[in-house]
Amino acid sequence: MQSIKNHLSLIIALLSILASIQIFIVTERAINAYKNNLATNYAVIVVSHKIIKPDTFLAMDDIVLDSQEIAPDSVIKKINSKMDAKDIELIKLGLPRFYKIHLKYYPSPVEIEQLTKKLFQNHSIYKVEDFSNIHDKTYKLLLLFKGVVSVFAVIILLVTILLIFKELKIWQFKHSERMSIMGLFGAPIWLRSVVLFRLAIVDAIISSILIFILLSYFSVNPWVLDQFRSVGIEVMIFDSFNDFLVLFSVSIIVSILLASLIVVGHKEEL
Amino acid sequence: MDKVIMAENLSLAYSNSETIINKINFSVDSGSFVFITGASGSGKSTLLKSLYGALKPKNGSLIVGGVSLAGISKKKLNFLRRHIGIVFQDYKLVKEWTIEKNIQLPLLINGYDKNVIDNQVDSLLKHVRLMHQAGKYPLELSGGEQQRVAMARALAHNPILILADEPTGNLDDYSSKLIWNLLESANKQLSTTIIVVTHSIPDTLMVDYKHYHIEYGKINAVH
Repeated sequence: MQSIKNHLSLIIALLSILASIQIFIVTERAINAYKNNLATNYAVIVVSHKIIKPDTFLAMDDIVLDSQEIAPDSVIKKINSKMDAKDIELIKLGLPRFYKIHLKYYPSPVEIEQLTKKLFQNHSIYKVEDFSNIHDKTYKLLLLFKGVVSVFAVIILLVTILLIFKELKIWQFKHSERMSIMGLFGAPIWLRSVVLFRLAIVDAIISSILIFILLSYFSVNPWVLDQFRSVGIEVMIFDSFNDFLVLFSVSIIVSILLASLIVVGHKEEL
Repeated sequence: MDKVIMAENLSLAYSNSETIINKINFSVDSGSFVFITGASGSGKSTLLKSLYGALKPKNGSLIVGGVSLAGISKKKLNFLRRHIGIVFQDYKLVKEWTIEKNIQLPLLINGYDKNVIDNQVDSLLKHVRLMHQAGKYPLELSGGEQQRVAMARALAHNPILILADEPTGNLDDYSSKLIWNLLESANKQLSTTIIVVTHSIPDTLMVDYKHYHIEYGKINAVH
């Protein structure tokens, strides 16, 4: 029973670490997905005296994905009821050119400012509407969300590290007598530590399997998926190969580190 | 006769404390049975600790089994300990291991085959009269039975030297007698050198022995 309790305490500590790492990964993905979503709906409007070719916009900044000219027809339709076709064509010739520039990703306020400056370097452009007020609010909201989740993940990580250190002391106490007795009969360090490393690796494997099951469940859970869909994004909650590889590696590294600290810190008491 | 232990001007002290054993000279012949007595705190257990390398000499030289313990490396010390059996008053058994696994320990460390280990453990369990307790853990046994397991462990790998620190200190008469018989037979039949630290030497012992007494940091031959 005591043995199961000791196993559980390390497994729970490892699970907390793995869960906080995965929360961080999913948050990153969600924010990126949301940013992509915003990027597709976001465009900078440019007003120019002259025609500007799409290549000109593309050459201005790497962030530019494409550009399209906004046809003035919809504006003219509203006022064309009392005009004849000839007048309309004359008005069209006198109107400035409107362009909608789509970006590769959702830019930061600094990137928007840089893009605006580059656009104004073209002398035919005399007006740029970057919707910076709305953009700033959304972007800052995203950063705030990311910050809150990161702080939360770091707190969990810190608490877990404290748990791990408590576990380290328990393990040191538990294993030091056996290691000392083995040392009395001339067991080399590797043989004295083998039980400890085996336990650590077994606990790491158990934790990884448990987190795999837990995250696999969450990744197909309709309620969880609905939460992401409700904000218009599709996020991979758990990549059963790449994410598992990361979590498994972390679990093994933490366990082996813990066992190594015990071996290094071991003092013969006999 | 070969000397298993040779100490010259040996001084022993725990770190930052006064000298407990002060410039002693003594030697132990191979195959002999030696008692070291002395009052509590006289340094007899300290001397025994130095013989298995748990305490390094402060001054002088100490050679055990042909290996000098002054400034010995961990690797050499491990090698030496593989040829020594140790018995403690508080048994020092691994509580989470069965008694068989405890007895196996020196055999595993010395790299014996599994078949040899199994046969040796069976034979030792019979020898210490604990066959009926096979599969149990140390804490499920009485003190006397635990000490018999510790004896079996000390004998398992046919060591050249057995060091025993108050081996019968906590035991009933039956277990004490059995422990002395086991030490005697190891000495007589296998020519194992036995060094026992104790308060009193048993009257019933049927073996020639040497007796040293420690007092005020010095060792003196009594018998």
